[in-house]
Amino acid sequence: MADLKTVGTSVPRKDAIEKVTGSAEFIEDRYMGPMLYAKMKKSTVAHGKIKNIDTTRALKHPGVKAVLTGKEYPNRIGLYLIDRTFLAVDKVRFWGEPVAVVAAVTEKAAAEAVDLIEVEYEELPGVFDPREGMKPDAPIIHEDLANYEIVPIFYPEKGTNIANHFKVRKGDIDKGFAEADKIIERDYYVPQMQHVPIETHKAAVQWSLDGKLTVWSTAQSPNVVRQLLAKSLDMPMHKIRVISSYIGGGFGCKAGASIEGLLVPIAQKFPGHIVRIVFNREEDMQGTFTRQALYSKLKTGVKKDGRITALQYEMVWDGGAYTEYGVNIVRAAGYSSTGAYDIPNVKTDSYCVYTNNSIGGPVRGFGMCEMQWGIERQLEEIARELGMDPLEVRLINGMKKGSTTASGQVIHDLDYDKCLKVVADKIGWGKKEESRDGKYRGKGIAGLVKCPAQPSNAASSAMIRINEDGTAHVMIGATEMGQGMLTAISQIASEALHIPVDKIDIKVPDTDFTPYEWQSVGSRITYTCGTSVKRAAEDALGQIYRVAADLLETPQEDLSFDGKKVFSAKNPDLTATIREVADSCKKCTGEGIAGPIIGRGSFVPTNMTNLDPETGQGNPGLFYCFGATGVEVEVDPETGVVKILQLACSIDAGKAVNPQLCTAQLHGGTIMGLSTALYEEVRFDKGIMLNRNFTDYKIATIDNTPHMDSFIVETPETNGPYGARGIGEQPMIGVAPAIANAVSDALGVDFNTFPLTPERVWQAIKNKK
Amino acid sequence: MTEKLVINFTVNGEKEEKEVIIGQTLLKFIRDELHLTGTKEGCEIGECGACVVLLDGKPVNSCLILGVELDGKDLITIEGLSKNGELDRVQKAFIDHAAFQCGYCTPGMILAARALLDRKPNPTDEDINEALSGNLCRCGAYQEIREAVKASAEKK
Ligand code: FES
Ligand code: FES
Repeated sequence: MADLKTVGTSVPRKDAIEKVTGSAEFIEDRYMGPMLYAKMKKSTVAHGKIKNIDTTRALKHPGVKAVLTGKEYPNRIGLYLIDRTFLAVDKVRFWGEPVAVVAAVTEKAAAEAVDLIEVEYEELPGVFDPREGMKPDAPIIHEDLANYEIVPIFYPEKGTNIANHFKVRKGDIDKGFAEADKIIERDYYVPQMQHVPIETHKAAVQWSLDGKLTVWSTAQSPNVVRQLLAKSLDMPMHKIRVISSYIGGGFGCKAGASIEGLLVPIAQKFPGHIVRIVFNREEDMQGTFTRQALYSKLKTGVKKDGRITALQYEMVWDGGAYTEYGVNIVRAAGYSSTGAYDIPNVKTDSYCVYTNNSIGGPVRGFGMCEMQWGIERQLEEIARELGMDPLEVRLINGMKKGSTTASGQVIHDLDYDKCLKVVADKIGWGKKEESRDGKYRGKGIAGLVKCPAQPSNAASSAMIRINEDGTAHVMIGATEMGQGMLTAISQIASEALHIPVDKIDIKVPDTDFTPYEWQSVGSRITYTCGTSVKRAAEDALGQIYRVAADLLETPQEDLSFDGKKVFSAKNPDLTATIREVADSCKKCTGEGIAGPIIGRGSFVPTNMTNLDPETGQGNPGLFYCFGATGVEVEVDPETGVVKILQLACSIDAGKAVNPQLCTAQLHGGTIMGLSTALYEEVRFDKGIMLNRNFTDYKIATIDNTPHMDSFIVETPETNGPYGARGIGEQPMIGVAPAIANAVSDALGVDFNTFPLTPERVWQAIKNKK
Repeated sequence: MTEKLVINFTVNGEKEEKEVIIGQTLLKFIRDELHLTGTKEGCEIGECGACVVLLDGKPVNSCLILGVELDGKDLITIEGLSKNGELDRVQKAFIDHAAFQCGYCTPGMILAARALLDRKPNPTDEDINEALSGNLCRCGAYQEIREAVKASAEKK
């Protein structure tokens, strides 16, 4: 792959000029037509029966056009487990659940009318801790769980709050522990977090008189929105059009479908009008997916030489009130439950449990941050117990070519050792810095791995239209939420098509015009969409050669295309411009040869399998991406403040399609990880979310962003486009454990949870004394 | 019903006279009445900086100010930063350094950076951190933003 022209170069972002000039169109920037504004009435109890909803006063309020409740619109929706309705029907399951929606001519009128709706509840005992929720006498949150439609790779337990129990049984766990010289066992806890993209969730819908539904949405996947709406509303897909704009950050919270369908019955009453909903910050934090909290027990058996012989992992996830999406996070964490390590004997039980907390769902990392927190902390404890270097323990057990995952999948394309070593070298691993001015210094390292958690049939497709002048349009269904997809995908198209990247146009999707894409999630687009685009480009290039061969009356094999002209290597006189080939090519006699060139390509994984329901064995990973984080900290024992002195991150990108954007992703993920490690925790009091704004829920700002050193490792992914694999989520995974390991190293105290707030660190120091 | 007031102001170099609803925030006025949608809303309560504009050259959160306060003032929004199709050097530096991802915080970020550079043509890292600490970027482009702001200074 030595002679790549575009892939591997840092061309500027396709969306650059638009984004620095304010002309990039986000959904709320579009003028769509005459508007009605929607606002939700939210539940004031976490678990309760709805006795009565009185909408009479709201309906009479000036400017109000319609009020809708769950009784009138009980349609269900869900990605993997159809457990959700757009509006609560009969009962509410979390604080802030929408119970009614108002549409009015102004936002203000809608908000006023919401206050006029009166709802009577009969409060029910709630479940706020999933460990309690698993007990036989726990209040049941979804009485109908056994009757919900579900993708048959999930295992709900009838008559309980367990929405999925995923099992791994690899090797012989008893034998593994018997072989061990030492057994280490700890509990860990990871709290909920929120994605807080700076752009909140927004959607608008329009119903036209011919029965066509148009949806504008901040959703990460227009195709999934269309698919779920088609099912929920029992409509054919060609009657639903979902339009994407630029998305102001997703990080998982805009995956699947949620708010779009809420507005449909109102739109149907007012054909031609646009009914729009815009979540404010509080609604966004409280009413959309949160990262599921994880309570876990991890037990590891290890030989004196550091080799791990057995791992037993019990994970209890707080799925929240609805787990239509969360069941798959629990599954992914289960089949990946050895993290970046090759462990022969594994027993894992991963439970998704309903509670009356906010809805759990996907967040950057998809369970890996939470699950690998335990792994990477425990490795530290193992190293200490054995008196070994934590890096050494990681290198001994780390996955190598031919290693197997918890699910028994064999891994091929990786250099995890290198990922670890580059960050260790950078932070001066092994050199203990003395404490200064009464402040303690420490170093920590953590590894990471993740594969896309997607169904084995999650597909992608692409079309490339060659214009009459030899420029091209790439059409795909992936969304642009900052990750740089438009740029990377056009680079792949350019590489395969030989047309320069600045002669290629690419846009965000519109399901009426762009071909199918499952979802822009799971760090999969570069690989999946990239592969289909590469195939579409090769298809178009093949057509270019075929047409040119006909025109020049020379064998196709002799032809080359340099982006401007097709020419024969054997006879320099035989040349045709791309314009001649692309513009409805005809011979000098006037006889036509070919019409416009359209390339097509599609992709579906062929290396994935179902997993055995009892043992969890099989191939769930499309590809595995490894990396590592290294940190040096300074801790002030007086205040408990953790200062980051050095932060190094590495990722094995296979091939960085655009090194600058790849680095930006690496930094962005690392900062999000740092933010969760030090600041972020959603707090609940009996289901009531307490921190619902940026003052109470702090995220990293520029003034607490340390300098980062980043390393892109490139071990080609055999089946990835030009060797590339996705890296968007991964960098976040190792940061929290690396920081905790460093703080531990500095203070000699352990942390089984984060964020490492000054209060928590100070308390830990105090407890030690 | 809704009370309005006539105000006079300059927006991106053009003099304007317009009615503003009393009680409407400057942010809403800019987006809904002036149709300058480059200015973004991320929180409405002064916590995120997505809505930063320059008022008489100073960066302000437009969600915290009323539209009527624009009377007699000079407003610069992101749309007014490039001149005759030529990008401001901060905008160029943001592109060169990939200092944005989703781009939603970017207009506010660029204007806050512009204001800093106008005040301090050669800011230190600390100056940049301080000036931009009210602008949240969830995509985490902070390191690139810092580099971009410094590069704009050096090119002066
Ligand atoms: S919208 Fe003004 S500071 Fe967030
Ligand atoms: S670029 Fe996305 S929030 Fe800053």
